[in-house]
Amino acid sequence: MRVLLRGNFSLWLGAVLTGALLLMAAVSLVWTPYPPAAIDIPHKLAPPSLAHWFGADALGRDVASQILAGSRVSILVGVVAVGIGLLFGVALGLFAAFRKGVAEDAIMKACDFVFAFPALLSAIMLTSAFGPGVVNAIVAIGVANVPIIAKLTRATANSALAREYALAARASGRGPVAIAFDHVLPNIAPALIVQATIQFAIAILAEAALSYLGLGAQPPQPSWGRMLSDAQTVLYNAPRLAIYPGAAIALSVLGLNLLGDGLRDALDPKLRARRS
Amino acid sequence: MTLLAVEDLTVDLPAADRAVRLVDGATFRLRAGESLGVVGESGSGKTMTALALMGLQPPLARVGGSIRFEGRELVGLDEDAMRRIRGDRIAMIFQEPMTALNPLVRVGAQVAEPLVLHRGMSRRAAGAEAARLLAHVRLADPERAARAYPFELSGGERQRAMIAMAIGCSPRLVIADEPTTALDVTVQARILALLDGLRAESGMALILVSHDLAVVAGHCDRVAVMYGGLILESGPTDVVLRRSRNPYTRALLEARPEPGAPRGARLKTIPGSPPHHRDVGPGCPFAGRCALTLDVCRSARPPAIAFAAGHVSRCFRAAELEDAA
Repeated sequence: MRVLLRGNFSLWLGAVLTGALLLMAAVSLVWTPYPPAAIDIPHKLAPPSLAHWFGADALGRDVASQILAGSRVSILVGVVAVGIGLLFGVALGLFAAFRKGVAEDAIMKACDFVFAFPALLSAIMLTSAFGPGVVNAIVAIGVANVPIIAKLTRATANSALAREYALAARASGRGPVAIAFDHVLPNIAPALIVQATIQFAIAILAEAALSYLGLGAQPPQPSWGRMLSDAQTVLYNAPRLAIYPGAAIALSVLGLNLLGDGLRDALDPKLRARRS
Repeated sequence: MTLLAVEDLTVDLPAADRAVRLVDGATFRLRAGESLGVVGESGSGKTMTALALMGLQPPLARVGGSIRFEGRELVGLDEDAMRRIRGDRIAMIFQEPMTALNPLVRVGAQVAEPLVLHRGMSRRAAGAEAARLLAHVRLADPERAARAYPFELSGGERQRAMIAMAIGCSPRLVIADEPTTALDVTVQARILALLDGLRAESGMALILVSHDLAVVAGHCDRVAVMYGGLILESGPTDVVLRRSRNPYTRALLEARPEPGAPRGARLKTIPGSPPHHRDVGPGCPFAGRCALTLDVCRSARPPAIAFAAGHVSRCFRAAELEDAA
């Protein structure tokens, strides 16, 4: 790990920011300064103070508590949406790479079809058809992840399958499933890890956008995107209410993108060789 | 006893407009313990023939003709049955020992894999057997080699490990596709000697695919010369090399550097370059470069003409080419 981190500033900063995001979510599970949804009208729009670190919003809710608790939704959406993408994307990509022919063409054309709809647009379509909420938002973002992962898996798996060790494994009588797990997946894992990190960042951004539009997390569940849309009405009186969740989203996405870039450099032996 | 009888084997690969025939009517037999050298230039179809024998042709390729192995027809055999034969009854050794071993798996585990698969051994028992196999292929330090990852071994050591992996289940037929091309000449000689020794002690048959006539001459009982997907000549090694009845084989033999040739003497070459699969017309694939071409060579496939001692040449003028070499 020390070797990986040395001289890789992106990886280092990305890991710290992503670690901070995970820590916030973990802390919010056991403790927040105030219950994040507790309305306290007398303290509405309270400025930052020792009692309310980041102040209070238009309904007197503690902003710091909401920021802490809001990270949970971001992480939940990111983990599950990327999980959906990996589960179906890797399976489809491997299937396409192993079967070739018509199956491969059909899967790749289907991926292009899903690609043709901007992810956010299809998310809006899905949530407006099946109702707003975190679950539908997760499904929508997850579905958008599937073709990206599937295409990457197929491309990298094809190059792994073209290596002689894959042919040698077949020549020793191994079946496609065993070859996929023992020879292909370990050799394409670095590319998948990097892509999953990037998709995690995109999922957080998408969740914030959906919640901002009122299609994601519903009150009283705290969410950074919804905090932004709540802040909009009082933007001239208390611009800081938009700044805190905005900064939280920006830093989380920046952290994950840096982590992805850093991992790409760390896991790619060619880039590593060039650096040293 | 005939171990392998290949009859009129064809491999077609569908291309954009029409199917491309990569192997055309390959016919040969192999007895138990016998060794066959398949010689040819790149793209002559020798590797595709080897892969087709194991049912490992590219996914969209179509295989026709007949491959009878131990009395069983392999063409059209379902994948499950084929998988039970691969690595157990027929094993394969690949050209590039660098890439034929998975870089992320320890060598011992890779050698043990066919034993777990075909012999139902436990991983532990197979691991012990793998170390014994690595010693059997005369790796200097088998214990170390078993624990090593492929990058920690030299090219020759890796190729020995590949051979250990191939012979684990005592296959009756080993197909070696250019097993020594990526190795130094001295290492090459040792690897070939190892294969000879293994063949003598276990009675397995060997198909040695190579572009090197000298290698085949020294290590094979029989030889098949391929060009443009066709076996142009086959027969006992000394007959083919000394009394060739095919202009292509003769041109190959003349193109070898000879020891004792005068300084500055130029090597004989074959004019032109081998045809691409797509450009092979209806005639003999060698017609465009052959010194003896007749009109008929360009319009029809040369028939396989049999001579004494199982010597077969595909050439319209085979009968004329007698003892001239």
